Amino acid sequence: MHWFLDPLQYGFMRQALLASILIGATCSLLGVYVVLRRMAFMGDAVAHTTLPGLVVAYLNHWNLFLGAVVAAVATAIGIGWLSRRQKIREDTAIGVLFSGMFSLGIVLISRVKSYRDFSHMLFGNILGVTTGDLIGIIVVSILVAGTLWLFHKELTLTTVDPWHGQVIGLSADAIRYLLLVLLALAVVTGIQAVGVALTTALLVTPAATASLVTRRLGRMLWLSVLFSTMSSVIGLYASYYLSISSGGAIVLACTLIFGIVFVVGNCRTAVWNRMRSTSNS
Amino acid sequence: MTSHTHADPWWPYGGRGHRDPQPGHPALVIEHLTIHYQGASHDALTGVSLQVAIGERVALVGPNGAGKSTILKTVAGLLRPDRGDLRLFGNRVGACHHRTAYLPQRSDLDWGFPMTAAELVMTGRYVHLGWLKRPRAHDWEIVQGSLRRLGLADLGQRQIGDLSGGQQQRVLLARALVQEASLFLLDEPLNAVDEATRDVVDEVLAEEAARGGSVLAATHDLGRLTESFDRAIYLREGRVEATEFLAAGAQPLLPADAARAN
Repeated sequence: MHWFLDPLQYGFMRQALLASILIGATCSLLGVYVVLRRMAFMGDAVAHTTLPGLVVAYLNHWNLFLGAVVAAVATAIGIGWLSRRQKIREDTAIGVLFSGMFSLGIVLISRVKSYRDFSHMLFGNILGVTTGDLIGIIVVSILVAGTLWLFHKELTLTTVDPWHGQVIGLSADAIRYLLLVLLALAVVTGIQAVGVALTTALLVTPAATASLVTRRLGRMLWLSVLFSTMSSVIGLYASYYLSISSGGAIVLACTLIFGIVFVVGNCRTAVWNRMRSTSNS
Repeated sequence: MTSHTHADPWWPYGGRGHRDPQPGHPALVIEHLTIHYQGASHDALTGVSLQVAIGERVALVGPNGAGKSTILKTVAGLLRPDRGDLRLFGNRVGACHHRTAYLPQRSDLDWGFPMTAAELVMTGRYVHLGWLKRPRAHDWEIVQGSLRRLGLADLGQRQIGDLSGGQQQRVLLARALVQEASLFLLDEPLNAVDEATRDVVDEVLAEEAARGGSVLAATHDLGRLTESFDRAIYLREGRVEATEFLAAGAQPLLPADAARAN
């Protein structure tokens, strides 16, 4: 048991574990809606576009969290607005804004002499989470989970049948913007755990894994949280004992669980089909 | 030039802002309706006028692109008219939107979404629930009753993606029933569905009409016009070409163009 308790004697490990579980749970919960609405690319874009916000906030000694939130929300709304005109398809709008904003971040970084601080932004720094960060993460987690719970009904309706929503006076656009703002908030916490480059994995992979196991939305939501929690724990312990990047290890654990579930699921289907065909013959 | 986008609902969702039907008014009155899609070379609808009386079942008949779906979407509040006037039970569109049930073409829904048939039917109650309220036992009873009426009692717990096309169509009609709508707008309800579904849909719509419900449906199925509808409106290139009362048992007289298109 001491292999499990050893790392927890360090305050930074306890904080990191709590933070990564909370971040993972929030992202994976929201991720179920993101995956079902086929918005994975949007999640990736919002994550990347926080970079200029982070850099500008860093250079001006502002709050990094706020800088990222402002950039992410602005991008999310910008994409929604651009594609709403219907002259530009949404994936195109995402492609344009996402690469433009990310480049802006890179150009801003290149004007600064030291790159070291920015590696945390790109690859996360869960082991350096402060108490202040942790409070921010808790607030965002409650906000995201609470909003999803309150608007679950409207979120599912506008996903499965946006027309019916419009007919009864429920604006699909309004619900979409709400989801985009939540996405921006969740992504900004995700960046603290695994960085700009890997946050999409926290959103998409646990939800995708859950969708392999069940076709009930309720079960999908809690399985997604379970898989992301497992990944956070496995990833952090792996990073502690093997001295590897914590963000990379958490995302690899997510991917590994997805791989196992995918293979086991396929094997079960194959065995099942075989049993059926032998019992029929 | 008027820019044309999907109409954004500006009325509140869930009960507030409802107005009662104006006494003496038909279910639907459309006057001189013109709709132009942005970027299109000609109008989708040009000066269309029509009425649907209370308790009447009206078929919109015409080839693809004649404007059938455009009329239904405008009445449902999904498109904003460029010109013309629309009155539902004497009120403007949206003043009593719980009375209007719109059944889109089946392909407009995401049937891969993890949801049971009963859960999808329940979305018809949302207009009565509004924000933050959850369905109660009473709502689930209404849903069960509606599923039974459409012969889907055993399929309530089935995933919507596992239903056949006809069953999916019946689920959409079951949803319109739990909405307690009085005007049913149906886009190709009988397109590519089995015979059993056609019979059930016809029967339910006839029952609803007998209770004072009104039906406006786009259809290709000329074979069943007389048994399923009271009146047919023939459309071509966004204009009303002919209107015909269908007496039960009589064969409809088809304008040559409408017949050729089918």
